[in-house]
Amino acid sequence: MLDTSPTQTTLLEVNNIEVLYNHVILALKGVSLDVPKGGITALLGGNGAGKSTTLKAISNLIHSERGEVTKGTILYDGRNMVGLDPADLVKSGVVQVMEGRHCFEHLTVEENLLTGAYTRNDGRAAIAAELELVYEYFPRLKERRKSQAGYTSGGEQQMTAIGRALMSRPSMILLDEPSMGLAPQLVEQIFEIVARLNREQGVTFLLAEQNTNVALRYAHTGFIMENGRIVMEGTAKELRENPDVKEFYLGMSDKGRKSFREVRSYRRRKRWLA
Amino acid sequence: MPDTLLFAMEATLNGLTAGVMYALVALGFVLIFKASGIFNFAQGVMALFAALTLVGFQSGQIPFSHLINAMFGTRLHHFGWNMPTLLAIPATVLVMILLAVLVERFILKHLVNQEPIILFMATIGLAYFLEGVGDIMWGAEVKALDVGLPKGMSGAVDDVTFAWFGYGFYIDRLEIWAAGIAALLVAALTVFSQYTKQGRALRAVADDHQAALSVGISLRFIWVLTWSIAGIVALVAGIMWGSKSGVQFSLSLIALKALPVLILGGFTSIPGAIIGGLIIGVGEKLFDFFMSPIIGGATENWFAYMLALVFLLFRPQGLFGERIIERV
Repeated sequence: MLDTSPTQTTLLEVNNIEVLYNHVILALKGVSLDVPKGGITALLGGNGAGKSTTLKAISNLIHSERGEVTKGTILYDGRNMVGLDPADLVKSGVVQVMEGRHCFEHLTVEENLLTGAYTRNDGRAAIAAELELVYEYFPRLKERRKSQAGYTSGGEQQMTAIGRALMSRPSMILLDEPSMGLAPQLVEQIFEIVARLNREQGVTFLLAEQNTNVALRYAHTGFIMENGRIVMEGTAKELRENPDVKEFYLGMSDKGRKSFREVRSYRRRKRWLA
Repeated sequence: MPDTLLFAMEATLNGLTAGVMYALVALGFVLIFKASGIFNFAQGVMALFAALTLVGFQSGQIPFSHLINAMFGTRLHHFGWNMPTLLAIPATVLVMILLAVLVERFILKHLVNQEPIILFMATIGLAYFLEGVGDIMWGAEVKALDVGLPKGMSGAVDDVTFAWFGYGFYIDRLEIWAAGIAALLVAALTVFSQYTKQGRALRAVADDHQAALSVGISLRFIWVLTWSIAGIVALVAGIMWGSKSGVQFSLSLIALKALPVLILGGFTSIPGAIIGGLIIGVGEKLFDFFMSPIIGGATENWFAYMLALVFLLFRPQGLFGERIIERV
């Protein structure tokens, strides 16, 4: 749980992108962010703030949802990736774990993991080694390897989805809402593994999260989004200690925890939003 | 042994072999439905088109000769040679793969993420288009298809059953071959989808398009692959039905017979398509055998659909359809 980013090189640089759905709905209104190599970066904000859209714009999965990046650039390792095929992105090392897990329900857990290696051409042995590595991080998956993914628990599905992404041997994982629908204990466990993967395997993470509290404990840097814009950025420590973040996202103030109703009345006073 | 029992046994055997023929058509539907959630209305026409193309190649017909003659006043019709069957079949397979590429390029690519009903409508359009192209390309007359499969009564079955029961069963040799080929086809498809990387990708796409995209599977490639396989299955069905009853427009109507098979077996199960076909085949023959004397015949025309209706009422996912997984 470092508060300073381990290295200063930027792996991903998003410059002022706009995303339009169905040619009419403007979901992102000029989002810029950079993700340092080897770090965990959190993208925070409420429902509809544009976190998922940002991740999908990077992985270009918005294309299949009738969305498109109409403005700005997305540089990964110095290369512009706007409009690139998702398959090419996976090959170049960027893979997304989608919100709501999206396992292949009728495939077994192990088959799910193996599909993650679809773009790899380095032979069976290398893929088998990767599989062992995933099982090392998620021993639970090894026990359930022969079960149909659709019948495993929510936590196991989230692990399967992350493991599947790992199988492509990515340098960067876009992790969308890993805590969704999971018990607090399990959320902690998942984030623990994310931190380990980051430390031990050097995987860079950009994670979108509503659970600000957990995310800021594990991330190195963070961005806060509202209404399709970035409204605040900083190291995790800065964000954790920022009074506004405390009030609006962590539900705390100097006088201790506030009730939801009070927080809402404070929300109207927010200045930095506009 | 009483005669009735013997006749019933013969009817059952005939039903089994007829069922295999239905299953062959149903297989093509299942493949495409599994991979893309599309009910491919054009599957029957694809079988017709494949058979037409095969006959055309075999007999050295010049494609679009009627059109060329009408436009330029020429009198072309044949190249003047016959292509050996072993060459004509791979050539037809290539044509079906080309068709798959074109379908993806001109139809599916533009309809990504649309409602299944829209895709279904597109396949209706494709069916009529393909029917027309088949006509213009190869002519509309009824053609005989002979790929060298044996036809007529199977002497072996006749002899054996005569020795056992004192009554020889009539089984068409073509249908015995059809059963063998269908078995091979299903075995090959099963091995492909269970044990190969592309097969796994195909099942992954069937489950979740978005997730498949996210791990780097190219949907466009998988669609071309699926439609190619469905085209090859259509070719096999076209060969079998074409050898049996000639290559003509009515061949495309066998698709209608596949519908009850699918409702019985489930739209998503390959073994289901086979077993559904067998049940319909046997049910049809036995029902006809026992009920015709009472209600006056011609039950084969409607029995399958009635059975399908009963299934829709009590088991809409079919016998082997994938259970809709719902976790609580």
